[in-house]
Amino acid sequence: MILLQAAVSGLLLGAVYALFSTGLTLIWGMMNFINFAHGEFVMLGMYAALLATWAGLGPAAFAPAAAAALFLLGAVVYFALIKHVMRGPMLAQILSTFGLALLLRYSSLFIFKSDFRTLPDSALSGTIHVLGLYVARAQLLAGAAAAVVALGMHVLLTRTGLGSRMLAVAEDRSAAMLMGIRPDRMQALAWGLSAASAGLAGALMAVAYPFSPVVGETFALTAFVVVTLGGFGSVPGAMIAGFLIGLVEALAAYLIGPVYKDIVVYALFVAVLWVRPQGLLGARAR
Amino acid sequence: MKPGLGTAALWAALLIFPLAVAGLPSAPFLQDVGSTVVLTAISACAWNIIGGYAGQVSVGHSIFFGTGAYMSLAVFGLWQLPPVAGVPLGVAAAVLLALLIGAPTFRLQGHYFSMATIAVAELIRLTVGNWDLFGAAIGIQGPATPRSGWDLIYRSAVPYYYIDLGVLALVIATTAWMAGGRFGFYLRAIRSDERAARSLGVPVRRVKLLALMLSAAFTAVAGSLYALKVGFVNPESGLGILVSVQMIITAALGGAGTLYGPVLGSIILVPLQSASNSWLGGGGSGLTYILYGGIIMLLARFEPGGLLQFWRRGVPWLRRRLRGGRAADAA
Repeated sequence: MILLQAAVSGLLLGAVYALFSTGLTLIWGMMNFINFAHGEFVMLGMYAALLATWAGLGPAAFAPAAAAALFLLGAVVYFALIKHVMRGPMLAQILSTFGLALLLRYSSLFIFKSDFRTLPDSALSGTIHVLGLYVARAQLLAGAAAAVVALGMHVLLTRTGLGSRMLAVAEDRSAAMLMGIRPDRMQALAWGLSAASAGLAGALMAVAYPFSPVVGETFALTAFVVVTLGGFGSVPGAMIAGFLIGLVEALAAYLIGPVYKDIVVYALFVAVLWVRPQGLLGARAR
Repeated sequence: MKPGLGTAALWAALLIFPLAVAGLPSAPFLQDVGSTVVLTAISACAWNIIGGYAGQVSVGHSIFFGTGAYMSLAVFGLWQLPPVAGVPLGVAAAVLLALLIGAPTFRLQGHYFSMATIAVAELIRLTVGNWDLFGAAIGIQGPATPRSGWDLIYRSAVPYYYIDLGVLALVIATTAWMAGGRFGFYLRAIRSDERAARSLGVPVRRVKLLALMLSAAFTAVAGSLYALKVGFVNPESGLGILVSVQMIITAALGGAGTLYGPVLGSIILVPLQSASNSWLGGGGSGLTYILYGGIIMLLARFEPGGLLQFWRRGVPWLRRRLRGGRAADAA
């Protein structure tokens, strides 16, 4: 029973992992670019939610507010930084977002201090009792919302005109330009959506888990594991892998011990790189 | 780069620095900062081999640094050997780790290697932090007092300075030799276009692996030297992400992929850092990393080649401007 309980909360957390990892894999697939500051975007989503509740926003409003704030940040980061390093040397690409990650992490540490925070009690606090399992209401909401939004992202990319335009830019930037698509706009939109997915995931997790400014690194690594396991640029792959990693983490915490859950996940990452570097659903990665 | 006047002046300055400041009242402090400059330059030069010359950006070089530092102190903790006896062990372990990371990720292009280095670094930091053999979260210590000359424990920083300077000379000489030969051309070819390099017959994967192993070996030596001097290492100081950040920013600021760029970066950054630490106290370290993040980002955006590149481009430009200005004045 406890095992089942652990598995359920692992899957719920996995849904949130799936959500922010789809954001990372979107950028990776479209631009062959890894955002090392993605975990910091998640962390900023948590603090955006905190600030929004301080400003008096209710539980239904602060998560979208955090997502909107991060969407803006993502677009700004694209125009101010990414656009200029995108076709530069690999060194510049990696250092740009790595530097951004440090800047965001230590600025947040400076502003918010290293204390762990929680959101104030709201309608989302408390647990519900279903089929003999205890599930935190916030966790359930976070998991459900994350699953819906991640699915929505997939639908957006594969079933809408906007998604086709974004994929066209990913396929061939200059050909897309000749078709009247503005690549800069599409890529900025991708960065906005990616950051918004991270922000929303952060806000949802902030309801259920305590957080501090240094949690970003763990989330960034989790996202790396998920996108690599899921396969290069594959949104469905990232979703499946997200649930899988959430499950593995929860079971490792329960069966081996809480301190070992990250060790198990990172070891899994190394194992994936060794055995199947193209991931579960990946075409052969570039 | 041919050894020129500037290089000779740099080495002369590095050689006489501890003696030149010996008469000053703050000599011990300055000599200590000097030895940190040289040590930081070693690890940054080592990072530069894979990150600069080969263009494969490792963000987890703390793996190799920590391996060196931990091995040096572990041989004392386990078998009462002098820490310097751990150097070959640290180098061997680091080279093995480099193989384990490089072999799978170098089959793929691009960001896989960077992601793998950061993940393995965290994996090792967490593992060591929970492993009693290596002192878990508390860390391990070297000998408190010298038992023989082999323990290399000195009260003054000057002996460390010269030991480190010798190693730095070795690293630079190796890098220069490597960069000048066929191997150096392979590395630069891979950095500018991996696919093109492969199509011209460069054994891309093997070259990248060799460069990573060489880089890891020197980084492990830097870690051992750190452990020798400080006599103590814990998961944060040996394996934390900020250890890697220090190497990256030092090399990138001076000029990644240039022979003396990392040395220049170290000469600029380390004194700044100790000055800000003594002005702002321990609370200043957070500000330092905000600044580091900003500098790394700006470098990537405006001048990925670092200060040396900036200098090479900026000086002729300034000269042209000045000459142009004078011509305009005359007319």
